[in-house]
Amino acid sequence: MAENNAPQPPVRFETHPSQYKHWKLSFDGPIARLAMDVQEDQGLKPGYPLKLNSYDLGVDIELSDAIQRVRFEHPEVTCVVVSSAKDRVFCSGANIYMLGMSSHAFKVNFCKFTNETRLGIEEVSRESGVRFLCAINGPCAGGGYELALACDEIYLSDDGSSAVSLPEVPLLAVLPGTGGLTRLVDKRKVRRDLADVFCTLAEGIRGPRAQQYNLVDKVAPRSKFKDVVESRAKELAGSSSRNTKWQGLALAPLGAKYRDDGADYEHVSLTVDASARVAKIVVRAPKTATPDNASAIRELGNKLWALECFRELDDALLNLRFNYETVGLIVLETEGDPAMVLSSDAALDKNRDDGFVHEVLLYQRRVLKRLDLGARSLFTFVREGSCFVGTLFELSLASDRTYMRDDPDAESPPYVQLSAMNRGSFPMSNGLSRMQNRFLYDPEKAQKLSESPERFDPSAAVKAGLVTVAPDAIDWDDEVRLAIEERASLSPDALTGMEASLRFAGPETMETKIFARLSAWQNWIFTRPNATGPRGALTMYGRPERPEFDMRRT
Amino acid sequence: MTSIANNEKIPNNVDLASDKRLQRALEEWQPRFIDWWKEMGPEGFQEDNIYLRTAVSVEPDGWAHFDYVKMPDYRWGIFLTEPVKDRTIGFGDHFGKPVWQQIPGEYRNALRRLIVTQGDTEPASVEQQRLLGQTCPSLYDLRNLFQVNVEEGRHLWAMVYLLHTYFGRDGREEADALLERRSGTDDKPRILGAFNEPCEDWLSFFMFTYFTDRDGKYQLLALSESSFDPLSRTTRFMLTEEAHHMFVGETGILRVLDRTCELMKKDPNEDARAQGAIDLHTIQRYINRWFSVSLDLFGGEVSSNAASFFAGGLKGRAKEERYEDHIALEATMNIPVMKDGRLVDDHVPLRNAMNEVLRGEYIEDSQRGLDKWNRLIKEKGVDFELKLPSSRFNRQGGLYAGLHFDPSGRLIDRAEWEARKHEWLPTESDKVFIKSLMTHPIYEPGKMANWIAAPKHGIKGRPVEFEYVRRSG
Ligand SMILES: [Fe+2]
Ligand SMILES: [Fe+2]
Repeated sequence: MAENNAPQPPVRFETHPSQYKHWKLSFDGPIARLAMDVQEDQGLKPGYPLKLNSYDLGVDIELSDAIQRVRFEHPEVTCVVVSSAKDRVFCSGANIYMLGMSSHAFKVNFCKFTNETRLGIEEVSRESGVRFLCAINGPCAGGGYELALACDEIYLSDDGSSAVSLPEVPLLAVLPGTGGLTRLVDKRKVRRDLADVFCTLAEGIRGPRAQQYNLVDKVAPRSKFKDVVESRAKELAGSSSRNTKWQGLALAPLGAKYRDDGADYEHVSLTVDASARVAKIVVRAPKTATPDNASAIRELGNKLWALECFRELDDALLNLRFNYETVGLIVLETEGDPAMVLSSDAALDKNRDDGFVHEVLLYQRRVLKRLDLGARSLFTFVREGSCFVGTLFELSLASDRTYMRDDPDAESPPYVQLSAMNRGSFPMSNGLSRMQNRFLYDPEKAQKLSESPERFDPSAAVKAGLVTVAPDAIDWDDEVRLAIEERASLSPDALTGMEASLRFAGPETMETKIFARLSAWQNWIFTRPNATGPRGALTMYGRPERPEFDMRRT
Repeated sequence: MTSIANNEKIPNNVDLASDKRLQRALEEWQPRFIDWWKEMGPEGFQEDNIYLRTAVSVEPDGWAHFDYVKMPDYRWGIFLTEPVKDRTIGFGDHFGKPVWQQIPGEYRNALRRLIVTQGDTEPASVEQQRLLGQTCPSLYDLRNLFQVNVEEGRHLWAMVYLLHTYFGRDGREEADALLERRSGTDDKPRILGAFNEPCEDWLSFFMFTYFTDRDGKYQLLALSESSFDPLSRTTRFMLTEEAHHMFVGETGILRVLDRTCELMKKDPNEDARAQGAIDLHTIQRYINRWFSVSLDLFGGEVSSNAASFFAGGLKGRAKEERYEDHIALEATMNIPVMKDGRLVDDHVPLRNAMNEVLRGEYIEDSQRGLDKWNRLIKEKGVDFELKLPSSRFNRQGGLYAGLHFDPSGRLIDRAEWEARKHEWLPTESDKVFIKSLMTHPIYEPGKMANWIAAPKHGIKGRPVEFEYVRRSG
């Protein structure tokens, strides 16, 4: 399968249920139904028909949007039933021909996005009490089963042909790319030897045995399947802890203005210097204070800075990821009045119990995780006029390095400051706050600093360990230029591996395992000759010859 | 010796008497099979004595032993054609190496799938035909129906033998599952589409045995090339029985046509229906339906499964030895595919096109019967020609599924399809009419229903009016 190098239109991430091609989202009181109905000829790029409900990035962008809509627009929903609208198949996973035609970078970013979406499903279940029930009516393979694994419960139709499978190893000589192996043993706690049998059986497992192995929670005969699913959905909906006492908010279009070299939004600008392989993201503070009562916050709706700004930042990060593959370094800057950021933080902190505020905070958390997981070097530059405080200081905490300009002659010298938002509102994938992660060597210090109302000027910030270095005004330009150029000269692969290793200190969670194994095992195997060499299994898939393996174990 | 491992009860040439493992597996399975037969086999005839052929050995005189037997007492046996000495693999990547007497681990799952898929069709057809006895056109036909049924039962045994002997616990579970699925049910349908289609009248039965059993013939031919020698030998023996099933279909339709033409000539308007016979247009529509349904059984035109089955030496082409290139890596096959709304030839690597190769042979073979039928129609002085529809017509699987083609293979739009499909496929009123001809059974020896001519000969030298089925009361 040849890589498709023809210039492609950029990938865009905004969509709306009225524009979905591949999913049918419907609402019935507390139950939302999300039915997969992939249109074969509507792939994001030409060249691969999306047969048998196989998916590409376009399908997953809609899935991600659908879950976002359930969160913000439908607080009444407490259970989502995921199923297939097709008669004879549930989902056959990521489209193999699409993967074969894609660049390695695209494949990795694709898997990363699908992983984020599935983790998002688990988050909305855990944090917002929206329970997910997967109703498998037909063969469910690879990424299809990984989607099921992300749901709270899996029901399987026992009709002699519906089966769950992870055929990647026996069929394609690669690994499932969306956390399938990890969730099998970590989340569903399938016994390791049974998991071993399952993962080497291309045709998968059907009926009662799937339940015995705990691959699914229940099997039901086809004639009763709909009713069984229906009544379980009602039970799940009834058992939900979701705060349903708020009015949903219809998410408005972002109104992004895309340029060849970036994009402009209300609170965010993205500018790419392609030749230097550097992108700059500027995030601006709110212009006004945020009201501190829930009803006024809800009145702001789409215009609430914490929501709008982070939706924009999210879009900018995805835009960078998929449409500017060679950018190696993201420079993060902020502009505006720090007091306005703190006002937003205080307002949200005070109204955490409000359903809408709750979702906004979770959303910010996910965007910050997306930043952690971007596989680009992150440098934060703190300068006069910046506002790295509270929530926005998380950008700095997410960075590999932070440079703070120390200019005693400045009219208003920059400072950094923490708020309630830095005390665990935005845990990383490893479950730690970015402060805890940063000060792993001194947990008490992390605690004390994050409770301190102090404004840290450059030298205090260096001393407290909140920034990396504070060059003075004379050295600043050279210092940052050299840092950028030096970074650009290093191997992108080595940097990705190094940064990921350093960013996520402390404990492993299912989430860190999923991403680490994606980047290490899955991506390594993907580039090995046994998968993608001229006689590799993935290369040979669908071709008349059989693959040949280099039998040395490494 | 256990009760079951008895050569009398289960005639076999696999040395069942000394195979403890197989004995044990069959001991559990055999009673379940009998239960299945009583529940899903021919309804209303289990106590009758039927003049049946039973295979008692693979010797030329042994596989065609005729006698009266009650169906539940039929001796379903296990027979493999005698091994070919020093047989080597005839195609694919292992070409020329010795055939396998055991399954290579690499191919275990694929072979199991192939055997289960084949095995599933055998009990399925018995289930599809279980009510037909109640409207039989003669005792001769009734007996043929039951002969086909018991042999499909034996084919199930043949596949179960392989599952029990070579696939361990998985094989035993699959063997049980073969008795658990039920044709046409929502909950446990049979694996392949055509085997869930109802076969409710005798015209359908003849079509089924002519077209659908012929798919069986070609699948068996392809499997008889397999590198897995026990599969090859089993399927070769099954082919001898399959030939009779197709004979029932071919002569059945011939006798229907014979009668139709005869009655048309008696009618002032050559109106067959007015004379209580099946008109030729209806017969053509039944051909269109059963032919297209059977074509789907061959699988997709372009298939990575087909390629890997061929590459691994699991499933070959029918009569592989007639081909010169047994590796089939260089060649391609031209297959018309849809591009931008029209059909364009695509060069498909031959291995990926193996389903289409087999389908092509099947189509050619199917035409032979039509030629005979047409000759008869002509001899009878009727101006009509039966035709096989295009292989694109009315397909539910493969490249042409979801599109619409007329019987000549011309691409048409949905509106035209909807407007004209009643010309091409059996309509509800066709079915009602056919059923009106077949409201009751004919049990009088030698007598035929009005819509079908008597056969030329009886069975095994017996006259047509022989009492092939002795009703129990
Ligand atoms: Fe058969
Ligand atoms: Fe047959």
